[in-house]
Amino acid sequence: MMEQVLLWFFALAALAGGVLMLVLRHPMRVALALISTMLSLAGIYAMLGVHVIAVFQVLIYVGAVMVFMVYAIMLLDVRDPSFTRRYSAYLLPGLAGLAVLAFAFVHAIRGSLPAVEAPAAGGNFNVQQFSVAFLNDYWLYFELTSVLLLAAVVAAIAILKARRGNNG
Amino acid sequence: MDSTQLLLVLSTALFALGLTGVIVRRNLLVMLMCMELMLNGVILSLVTLSQQAASTTGAVLVFLVFVVAAAEIAIAVPIVLLLARRKHTLDGDAFTDLRG
Repeated sequence: MMEQVLLWFFALAALAGGVLMLVLRHPMRVALALISTMLSLAGIYAMLGVHVIAVFQVLIYVGAVMVFMVYAIMLLDVRDPSFTRRYSAYLLPGLAGLAVLAFAFVHAIRGSLPAVEAPAAGGNFNVQQFSVAFLNDYWLYFELTSVLLLAAVVAAIAILKARRGNNG
Repeated sequence: MDSTQLLLVLSTALFALGLTGVIVRRNLLVMLMCMELMLNGVILSLVTLSQQAASTTGAVLVFLVFVVAAAEIAIAVPIVLLLARRKHTLDGDAFTDLRG
């Protein structure tokens, strides 16, 4: 009972954050709404028993990605017209598309999914099992991930070099 | 509503909201954040279903998706900053000449 209430609370908080992202005007407030959505999702993951993913969600998404995004917002000029006028010309088609998409998705899900009770939380995804599986079975993907991150760093430096070359 | 159904409905709702944000909003950084919202919705459905199947493979896959998302944002934000430096605006309509 208590778990169900908490699950509904986190789900509603995530949904409210998503709606606020469409409504709020300033990008910094949009970033804060997105952060609250991500934290609610981390709460949901923790309640599902996948604590590893909850920690990763907070560390990688909130800690790295969103801090980077907030940094970029602070670098930019607030008097830009895109900061004061929040919607583009596609407002009405976008909202109509949202209505159609949401109706189709919810209808499909409610019609087709059997009501399965989730297995007992905990024990499935503890850190030890995760890391043993990760480094025994999937070590190649771990190495490929590090190569990908290296390529991303090199590409970011290349972009910065291009900017400097055009200005100077 | 069953809790699995609740989480799947929430993930599709987040995906639809993010897609609408990409279409509707004007600011390029806000569009990027709405793309992150779409990715979060998809990851929620992946986590829910892999937790139901009790598979460690799902957790590993989610971790790899997180890393790819971090790399993606590390490339995308400098590109947006470069565009803003060139045109002195973040208005998505200002970049229609990038159309092929």
